[in-house]
Amino acid sequence: MSGNKVLGLSGNEAVAYAIKQANVDVIAAYPITPQTIIVERLSEYVNNGELNAAFIPVESEHSAISTCVGASLTGARVFTATSSQGLALMHEILHIAASLRAPIVMAIANRALSAPINIHCDHSDIMNARDTGWIIMFAENVQEAYDLVLQAFKIAESHEVLLPVAVNLDGFILSHSLEGVNVLDDDEVSKFLPKRQPIYPVDFEKPVTYGPLALPDYFFEIKRQQAEAMEGAKPVIERVGIEYGKLSNREYKPIKAFGMEDAEVAVVALGSSVGTLRAVARRFRKKGRKIGVLGLTLFRPFPREELIKYLEGVKVLIILDRAISYGSSGGPLYLEIAGVLYRSGLRPIVLNVIYGLGGRDLRPSDVEAIYEEGFKCAERGRAERELLWVGVRE
Amino acid sequence: MIEIRWHGRGGQGVVTASYLLARAVLSEGKYAQHFPEFGPERRGAPVVSYTRIDEEPIEIHSGIYEPDIVVVIDPTLLFNVETVLRGLKKGGSIVVNSPSPKQELMDEAGRREAKVYYVDAYRIAMDVFKRALYNTPMLGALIKASGLVKLDSALKAVRERFGGEVAERNVEAIKRAFEEVKLA
Amino acid sequence: MSGVKEVYKMPESAFQGRATWKELPIGGVIPEPATSLRYKTGNWRALRPVLNEKKCIRCLMCWVYCPEPAIERLEGDRIRINYDYCKGCGICSSICPVKAITMVEEGA
Repeated sequence: MSGNKVLGLSGNEAVAYAIKQANVDVIAAYPITPQTIIVERLSEYVNNGELNAAFIPVESEHSAISTCVGASLTGARVFTATSSQGLALMHEILHIAASLRAPIVMAIANRALSAPINIHCDHSDIMNARDTGWIIMFAENVQEAYDLVLQAFKIAESHEVLLPVAVNLDGFILSHSLEGVNVLDDDEVSKFLPKRQPIYPVDFEKPVTYGPLALPDYFFEIKRQQAEAMEGAKPVIERVGIEYGKLSNREYKPIKAFGMEDAEVAVVALGSSVGTLRAVARRFRKKGRKIGVLGLTLFRPFPREELIKYLEGVKVLIILDRAISYGSSGGPLYLEIAGVLYRSGLRPIVLNVIYGLGGRDLRPSDVEAIYEEGFKCAERGRAERELLWVGVRE
Repeated sequence: MIEIRWHGRGGQGVVTASYLLARAVLSEGKYAQHFPEFGPERRGAPVVSYTRIDEEPIEIHSGIYEPDIVVVIDPTLLFNVETVLRGLKKGGSIVVNSPSPKQELMDEAGRREAKVYYVDAYRIAMDVFKRALYNTPMLGALIKASGLVKLDSALKAVRERFGGEVAERNVEAIKRAFEEVKLA
Repeated sequence: MSGVKEVYKMPESAFQGRATWKELPIGGVIPEPATSLRYKTGNWRALRPVLNEKKCIRCLMCWVYCPEPAIERLEGDRIRINYDYCKGCGICSSICPVKAITMVEEGA
């Protein structure tokens, strides 16, 4: 069990600290607000000898992720970090990283995509990359950002997975907030994350070909295999969450549930908003109001079965999206869950809330209003409006 | 939970003051959250920073709209009493950098049943730093006024953050403000 | 699929174009060298290079330029065209300084 060492760290500092402890071999990253501090700290660690890694300065995020793919294929433990436009610039290589089955860990300090240019939090950057084949996880607070980064290496490098993992932390809200973080000892991390064992490292005795052409005769089979790898990652993610719990006393599950035993109205969200939702839900619970909160730590692979287990008996389900899927019938998380619900046969009343774009704060008063709307729908047995824009001036 | 809002200007160490308080709280085994309000970082522009303190883990990640305590690091910001007192809870506290609080502030505080603490941080800063660095004296004043953390915890946080001569000057400034702060 | 196997041999079915996704090594990796030897491209040819040994001056320009490479270098820098792989592109014939290689219609 960990020596309960608490450090005051910002989200970015916590990520950099975890990367140092994970003993990565290669870091290739390009600084961008609000991720910058991660890269700065790592360059300091490498410069002052605290971390023995190759820090490769690059001229763009496209080069950063390309470098990571190459390094990962040689068998190295690899890390990068980005935000917003940087992630968008990486886009084509994100697909290649996942398709080549290159384990890479990337921290994303979530930030709105331009235009208008903005540096603050929303999830448009990662949602734009949700079908690139990466495992996608969300931190609720600084502690989780630290914990998930460490777990991410274990998951990514597992021979049952071999996929890149993106750990998301809300830009500024977490990246620049200082909180107390329980950190593991260095040797505990080394035991949890021993040196990576690549399957096909660069070995002149055993030459292999990476990334060959595959035409209609084989492309489809390789994609089918990749889809299956994502499903195969689920039990590994669960196992790693339990193992990490034994080490740190903080067990991780794909979904964090609060008050779901008897919830009539349930709300589901990603990232730092989950804590705010829970804090307000506690106040509602004290007044005997049956509200439940589901925070998704895992977004890809989507925890379908786990989610459904919580939703039996829920009258109203409120899905919070911090991104828009333009021209579709709801936000990305809504679309995801709507599909899951349809297959399950469960038919709660579903509300979709779009909130928090470009760093617009989700205030406790906003959350109260959302919950009240949910209870009103439960009473009426129907929704007046299925899509709610919260926090925008109408 | 205690929520604090700090007002100052870019370059005055507003964010550092909030950061040091959070570090001091954490060192006492309590929970803290510190976050700056972000915008373009311009020297001289009004800057706000926030601290949350609790005995329980802090789950909320919203901004602070109804602070328990407001600390005004820059005295010129007191010309706009409305802005610095916005949302202050009834019965809350205001800690200001002033040799004697103005009547306008006292009136507005009275309407909110708020306590006003004041310290001449300008004098302390000029004596100790020979420069108008108000952030650590105001931290000392806040600690005395609120009793949120022990003085030693704050001094420890300062020594961890700065080290050497800089730390010792800040320690001196905090101690002086801690002793000199008064309830109006 | 639970667990990726460390294989250093391409499954036989892959060479026949019938390997399933479960049989293929991960991520399209080809885990052994020179598998292209199993892929005979000689039947792509429309024109066939024919060497006139008497004209050949052993300069090896065709050997250098053949993109396949389907020109084999023999003792004394003589050459042989490997018709299993030659696609009939005609580069050897074009590059030959003494016109020792002529392209003739396949099957003619």
